[in-house]
Amino acid sequence: MPTRRDVLATFLGAAFAGVACKSKAPVGHYHGELFGPRFDRGHKLRDPKELAATLARTDLPEQKTRVVVVGGGPAGLSAAWRLIRGGLAAKEDVQVFELDDVAGGTSRGGQSEVTRYPWGAHYVPVPSGDARALGVLLEEMGIVEGHEADGYPVIAEHVLCRAPEERLFYRGRWYEGLYLQAGAQKEDLRQFRAFKRELQGWRKWRDLKGRRAFVIPTARASDAEEVLALDAVSMAQWMDQKGFTSARLRWLVDYACRDDYALSLQDASAWAGLFYFVSRMNDLGASSELMTWADGNGGLVRHLLGVVADRVHLGKSVIDVRPRGAQEQVVTYLDRDGAPHRLIAERVILAVPRYVARHLCPSLADRKEDLAFDYGAWAVCNVHLNGRGARPQGVAMAWDNVLYESPSLGYVSATHQEGNDHGPTVWTWYYAITDPGKDARKKLLDAHWRDWADVAFSDLSRAHPDLHALADRIDVFRWGHAMTRPRVGARRALREAAAHVPVGAVHFAHTDLSGVAIFEEAHDHGVRAAEEVLAALSFQVPSIR
Amino acid sequence: MRPPVSEDEQAPVEEAPLHAPNSEHSTAGGASQGAPRRIWGPPQRDEASQKKAEADGRREAEGPSKTTATLLLVTVLVIATCGLVYELLASTLASFVLGDAVMQYSTVIGVYLSAMGVGAWLSGYVVDDVAKRFVDIEIAVALVGGASAPILFFAFAHLSWFRVVLYGVVALVGMLVGMEIPLLLRILRARYAFKDLVARVLTVDYLGALVGSLAFPIFFVPKLGLVRTSLVIGGINAVTALASTYLLDDEIKKTLGLRLRALAVLVALGVGVVAADRLTLLAEEGLFADEIIYAKQTPYQRIVITRGRASFQLFLNGNLQFSSADEYRYHEALIWPAIAARVEAGDPVKRVLVLGGGDGLGLRELLKTPGLEAVTLVDLDPFMTHLARSQPLLSALNEGAFSDPRVTIVNDDAYVWLGAPKNAGQKFDVIIADFPDPNHYALGKLYTTRMYALMKQHMLERAVLAVQSTSPLFARKSFWCIARTMERAGLAVAPYHVFVPSFGEWGYVLAREGSITPPSRLPPLAKPLRYLDDPTLRALFVLSRDMQSLDVEVNRLDNQVLVHYYEAEWKRYL
Ligand SMILES: Cc1cc2nc3c(=O)[nH]c(=O)nc-3n(C[C@H](O)[C@H](O)[C@H](O)COP(=O)(O)OP(=O)(O)OC[C@H]3O[C@@H](n4cnc5c(N)ncnc54)[C@H](O)[C@@H]3O)c2cc1C
Repeated sequence: MPTRRDVLATFLGAAFAGVACKSKAPVGHYHGELFGPRFDRGHKLRDPKELAATLARTDLPEQKTRVVVVGGGPAGLSAAWRLIRGGLAAKEDVQVFELDDVAGGTSRGGQSEVTRYPWGAHYVPVPSGDARALGVLLEEMGIVEGHEADGYPVIAEHVLCRAPEERLFYRGRWYEGLYLQAGAQKEDLRQFRAFKRELQGWRKWRDLKGRRAFVIPTARASDAEEVLALDAVSMAQWMDQKGFTSARLRWLVDYACRDDYALSLQDASAWAGLFYFVSRMNDLGASSELMTWADGNGGLVRHLLGVVADRVHLGKSVIDVRPRGAQEQVVTYLDRDGAPHRLIAERVILAVPRYVARHLCPSLADRKEDLAFDYGAWAVCNVHLNGRGARPQGVAMAWDNVLYESPSLGYVSATHQEGNDHGPTVWTWYYAITDPGKDARKKLLDAHWRDWADVAFSDLSRAHPDLHALADRIDVFRWGHAMTRPRVGARRALREAAAHVPVGAVHFAHTDLSGVAIFEEAHDHGVRAAEEVLAALSFQVPSIR
Repeated sequence: MRPPVSEDEQAPVEEAPLHAPNSEHSTAGGASQGAPRRIWGPPQRDEASQKKAEADGRREAEGPSKTTATLLLVTVLVIATCGLVYELLASTLASFVLGDAVMQYSTVIGVYLSAMGVGAWLSGYVVDDVAKRFVDIEIAVALVGGASAPILFFAFAHLSWFRVVLYGVVALVGMLVGMEIPLLLRILRARYAFKDLVARVLTVDYLGALVGSLAFPIFFVPKLGLVRTSLVIGGINAVTALASTYLLDDEIKKTLGLRLRALAVLVALGVGVVAADRLTLLAEEGLFADEIIYAKQTPYQRIVITRGRASFQLFLNGNLQFSSADEYRYHEALIWPAIAARVEAGDPVKRVLVLGGGDGLGLRELLKTPGLEAVTLVDLDPFMTHLARSQPLLSALNEGAFSDPRVTIVNDDAYVWLGAPKNAGQKFDVIIADFPDPNHYALGKLYTTRMYALMKQHMLERAVLAVQSTSPLFARKSFWCIARTMERAGLAVAPYHVFVPSFGEWGYVLAREGSITPPSRLPPLAKPLRYLDDPTLRALFVLSRDMQSLDVEVNRLDNQVLVHYYEAEWKRYL
């Protein structure tokens, strides 16, 4: 049994564990629960015998529908949304199956009496005009108030992250922004400016076909060798080559890689490191504003759910999809009790992570894709506070609150975007485990509720010494396969895998297919897959992508 | 209100025959109100201690001389005066900080008087060295009573269990004071016949009460304030203790220790008087020119009320909100242009929304509006609105506005309240936004395009909005940023200003959808206002060149430029 000190040392460093385990350190009195994706429901996937027996059954009644969408995350919901818009409006024509009891996947939100809060994804930068389909979604949501000359939508004020967006805790004080300005030397600032120039250079870059290097959706990005070459080196190597040695600059980039990819600077490809910054810049070199909701991207999920409505079936895990004859796809799923059911569809969209899709679709089983799809593990803790506590040193409040000296990713305040600045709130604390996939998952799952709650509590206490009096409840969510990771070489491997290409009547949609885990990509793949299906079903609709 | 001489004194009397006449005193003392005797008698003593008591009694009987006796009567006068002042101090302080004066006076006096009873009873346990014990107690009264007001202010500001401290201190002082007179009676017993003794001591005792009750409101509070009064009265007690050591010289074996102790307390209290400002500083981070009579950290803000000679002031987080001397200028200018503009356009003023303004002073003006039916006041801090309703100075100044049946109070963040779907149906003829200045982000959001868009959703057709907008002179960019932001939100604006001596030049923005013209006359009112008349109303809208428009950005939730403007501008003056 690891001691408390061991646990803290594993996740927050030995030095910190020493301090936090002193007898003077405040002790929290909170309760809470442990959550995780309900993959136990798909356990039949892993037992080939049991699976074969279920599939062989002839006594299962067969229902019919036109399109089955597997997965109720952003990609699956976006696919259904596009199908409905495209003409498959009848309720019985589109059915979405989601194994969990809530929709949204890693973009799901939760709700307490006080506020909604995120369980995973928490923001989307205002998209450029390139993300056309996403623009359509935002317009439908009624939050687009016009368009800038450069094609960017003008987003309603209350959806844009309220200032101050972020603050950084360093040696007992909060500073505005994510780059640690305080104490920066001339050389630090010079490198910071040079880094920004480097990014701006890439923002202006175009290939021979006029495509940009880093653009969202990535489907529109250049595949020129010059860009792919960035996939062959790590972000750390790239920074070394460019002479970016400043500790605080490297901290910023490392933070970005951990925050978006669950990778360290050493493991993320330079392509990914640059993508994070450049894809969110406008032509003037300023980074886009962020859109957020109290429940993070749960705000987007709620809208999609409103449209897709009762076509979504929760608690139903698909365990197999295979063709029968030329016209039919047989979809086998289990309900909450584990009882099998069968559905016959014309087309299927697999909007599940790739590692799940490989189990569902027999024809994918022997593909070699491990380099393209590597998954990081995350812990997310929702800390329920009964009040805001003492006024801190420095910047008083922000949406995203990051601790410079901690390996965690800090926390987001759920009530910030609501304009609610007093009384109880929920802080969503994030921790990305950067180890290789299996190790990361082991580390994640070896730590239980008490361990994670304690890690979050101790980590936050360094910036909030009165947390012990404020935290009533800490819920923990362990995401074993949280997101796909753009390691060195992943991008090239992904291109070669051509994983988004339909197999027969089975189409694929998931952010994994882009090699980076963001809402925009999930949405784009959902829309693409839906448009493939619409075309196959002979609906004459122009693409919205 | 006088320190009663309790019947409890009788008990040792019964035990020791020397005290026998005192049984008569219990009816003369009045405060006993015929309570059965011997109920609270101390435990039976054994024979040895009985002998000792008798010996002491004999020594007591040798007693002080005639002049000494007269001087000791003066001591009674002083003690009685001080005792009453402590009682008044605690009651006044409690009603300042907690409001509800009737409750505070009743409970403090109740606790104090009953504690005196306990003290009188306890005095029966004093067997040896009565004179020395008397001086001891006198010194203790000086210390605890003298420090009572500083202790209570400090406790209120920093502890959540203030009432425990309040009644604890009151009970302790009451108990000590309650022991004094019985002991003195025993000391004086030898010099007077019992009937004279009782007559004189009680006369002087009541006289002291009169002196105290007159000096407190007429001299002490206005001249010294609560904290210094407490310290000074403690000092007087300490001097009395010192003097008593000389008066009772032959009855006290060792006087040096007592004198040193009395002197030490005197010096400590003296230091307190000199450092009274520092003492209040101890209880308060901010520097206030006047005495703090209320200080409270609520979950939302720090509320402080200070009181000077002729006026009192309210501070939130150290920022002056108003001074009672000139707040009428601020509040008349806040309210009347909006009402006048609405009335002049021929529209009714029936329903008004006040955002912020928990002091109720804007309400006071509003409630004078003829035909007004309902006012909803949304203020973040329930402590603030409660204080404005119950604190005597405040509720007098806002003329009991919170008790008006037309007023509904909501304690919520105005931004959250305006955006809540459940309030969507609430529409108003006039909206008044009286928020603290935008000196941090949580306040900055209340001055954004989003906030004004929300306000618009709660405005009836042609409704008028008035927004307090900081100083157009000291914070010119901030002022114009607010005006521009309102314009961007689709409102036509008419900026105006007023001079408030304790603030300087102060600004507001009047607004309406479509167009707005500055009002030219006040609506008909039952009584003229103190500051505004028609020509003054018109003059408000004339801005001198040094306050005129500047090029500024619009304040949005996602940029919060106003907070930055504000910080930069006011920094120059701090
Ligand atoms: C902690 C965390 C923070 C993040 N932060 C951000 C962020 O700030 N911004 C951002 O853009 N992105 C963020 N992401 C990534 C973002 O969540 C994903 O990009 C997005 O949710 C992907 O959507 P998706 O539909 O492709 O996949 P998923 O969200 O993974 O959805 C897949 C769905 O399929 C369901 N499913 C799986 N197997 C089956 C089965 N057999 N049968 C039926 N259903 C099944 C799952 O339960 C799930 O609901 C974050 C992710 C994590 C984990």
